[in-house]
Amino acid sequence: MTSPARAVEPPLLSVKNLSVAFPTEDGLVQAVDDVSFSVEKGKTLAIVGESGSGKSVTAQAIMGLIDRKAARMTGEIWLDGQELIGLPADEMQALRGSQVAMIFQDPMSSLHPFYRVGAQITEAIFAHRSVGAKAARAEALEMLQRVGIPAAERRIDDYPHQLSGGMRQRVMIAMALINKPALLIADEPTTALDVTVQAQILGLIGSLQSEFQITVIMITHDLGIVADVADDVAVMYGGRIVEVAPTSVLYHQPEMPYTLGLLSSVPRMDRDVSMRLEPIPGNPPSPIRLPPGCVFAPRCKYVDRVPGGACASARPELLHAAPDHLVRCHLPSEERQQIAQDLLRVLAGGAA
Amino acid sequence: MTETRAPNTLTPSSPAVAPGVAGAVAPDTLLRVDNLVKHFEIRGGLLGMSRVGAVKAVDGVSFSVRRGEALGLVGESGCGKTTLGKVILRLLPATSGRVEMDGQVLFDIPARGEPRRRPVYASNEAMKKVRQNMQVVFQDPYASLNPRMSVGELVGEGPLVHGMTDKKEREALVRDMLGRVGLNQSHIHRYPHEFSGGQRQRIGIARALALHPAFIVCDEPVSALDVSIQSQVLNLLNDLQAELGLTYLFIAHNLAVVEHISDRVGVMYLGKLVEMANVDDIYANPRHPYTVALLSAVPEPDPHRRKKRIILKGDIPSPANPPSGCRFHTRCWLREQLGRPERCTTEEPVLRALGSGQESACHFAEEISPEAVASAVASSGPTVTAEP
Repeated sequence: MTSPARAVEPPLLSVKNLSVAFPTEDGLVQAVDDVSFSVEKGKTLAIVGESGSGKSVTAQAIMGLIDRKAARMTGEIWLDGQELIGLPADEMQALRGSQVAMIFQDPMSSLHPFYRVGAQITEAIFAHRSVGAKAARAEALEMLQRVGIPAAERRIDDYPHQLSGGMRQRVMIAMALINKPALLIADEPTTALDVTVQAQILGLIGSLQSEFQITVIMITHDLGIVADVADDVAVMYGGRIVEVAPTSVLYHQPEMPYTLGLLSSVPRMDRDVSMRLEPIPGNPPSPIRLPPGCVFAPRCKYVDRVPGGACASARPELLHAAPDHLVRCHLPSEERQQIAQDLLRVLAGGAA
Repeated sequence: MTETRAPNTLTPSSPAVAPGVAGAVAPDTLLRVDNLVKHFEIRGGLLGMSRVGAVKAVDGVSFSVRRGEALGLVGESGCGKTTLGKVILRLLPATSGRVEMDGQVLFDIPARGEPRRRPVYASNEAMKKVRQNMQVVFQDPYASLNPRMSVGELVGEGPLVHGMTDKKEREALVRDMLGRVGLNQSHIHRYPHEFSGGQRQRIGIARALALHPAFIVCDEPVSALDVSIQSQVLNLLNDLQAELGLTYLFIAHNLAVVEHISDRVGVMYLGKLVEMANVDDIYANPRHPYTVALLSAVPEPDPHRRKKRIILKGDIPSPANPPSGCRFHTRCWLREQLGRPERCTTEEPVLRALGSGQESACHFAEEISPEAVASAVASSGPTVTAEP
């Protein structure tokens, strides 16, 4: 069993060769394809990708939310020394919420509209611990105050529709953290929120993370959020991880052409606006008909630099470019670095 | 193209010129909006017969757009930016105010409290001409294209309705438009579901362009698209503007996107314009505390520059019951610093010129300094707790 970049302490979560495929009438949807990564205790891993890249399905697999009858799932998911794949449903149920919890993008559709928010939080307590109703309510109230709900003693009896989007997301966070899980998966937690509220929620997750020593997986498409919160980043494309690196390495010494494309195509306030954006041509691949070689090859500018058309025919492996930097690309590492540094120099030249 | 009306037919002394538009009446003004108000009535009581309040979505907004310029409009959800766009296009009836497009008054409705006069509306005939000249690109390319119409029908519909083409010529015109927006001309007989989100947005743009408009309202045109696709569409909009001399009203919540496309930017909060300035000035030197906080909240994609932010307290208040005085006073960091002056809660600030062409609707805009901002950032702290 080989595991990349193992620290002294074993990682809290390690995912090995995870694949998830859904058979459909149109063909097999390969949502997640041989994904491996690990997260150390107390750290934040960001998984970045566009829609259809497989980032949410990866999260659902960790949460044990993939319907095993509808999907083909292979690989290993180790959480704190326990293998999650193949765990009986009741044991997974016991872990879910107490060991690993999740917050979703849309807090309205993930809260039950018919129950008061207090009741929804205490339900999470009763699911895992035998606590009296009064004590549970007191605990829920304390948590609501902790996540910054104003007048929590009144709000605890509100229904979700009475709260704003930001407040609902705070309730979701309170519910996720009420049993002090070791791992929190946040799937686009601020995408539905305004930017000033987003700043509040990201600040809240960060301070709760250090207070409760939680490990966080942040799933997002926003490179700004990643730069802000993550220790390490995994970039996903077409169901595969194409690059993994510590955050500052990923932004300043990226190697995979897709990562480069993302960094140079997003409009940024710290760059000269007169500079033209450099878009990635084409569209993301269909998960039913993934390209046979590199998934990014049809949109990659540098396929001609690889001899023998290997990009279109041979699947590149995720290989070490540095001890903590993995890249899935056929180009030689020196050439990738050269391309990246040339491009970043041009972009930085436009910075104010 | 249609006839362009002589610019000097603009009435320089409109009855409803609100403060803050001083100097806006330039001869090259294409769109002029004066004191525009849109209230949505809230009905209640027995069978919803009585009016119990109003959502003040747009509450007295004035600005003008010069020919060939891109005016960006930013703000958070509920600030009224989309409603403003719809009212200007007359897709929604205004409550009061005046909009003039290329010399043609679209409507002129007296505000409450103004001397009574008959509201003026452009005739249907005049409106049809104006509509040809002002088009819109919507946010959601999945909802805004009729799934039962082919690309040829979608893009060719406008010119056909306006008698600019006949069924024979239509195909050539549509092919030309598809080429311009970067779509394959042979896809003319395909249906929307056969295209990706980015391609659908290109169809939406081609549909707007097919009428050769001078002015296009772009309402969140890239926010439904994947990040790698957004820049394709932004570049396209930039290229088309340069090529065809288009004028844009570009409505979006993403500040980086707005900065990229706009010449001038207006910031909205709870139905009001709170700041308006050239794009470089407003991003480098914001003159309203809300703009300062908004800009500081955007996470920058550079881990070496993790910035400390001003974190505003609470949520945006309800537009049905906006705070008194300055609408931002409940969340304002500058007001806290200045020891909560009473003026903020009693007197509604107007958009005023600060010199250097910047306009701000803050009583204390002159107090905004790098030191003040730094101290607000320091007092924001990482933990977020309940509002007072």
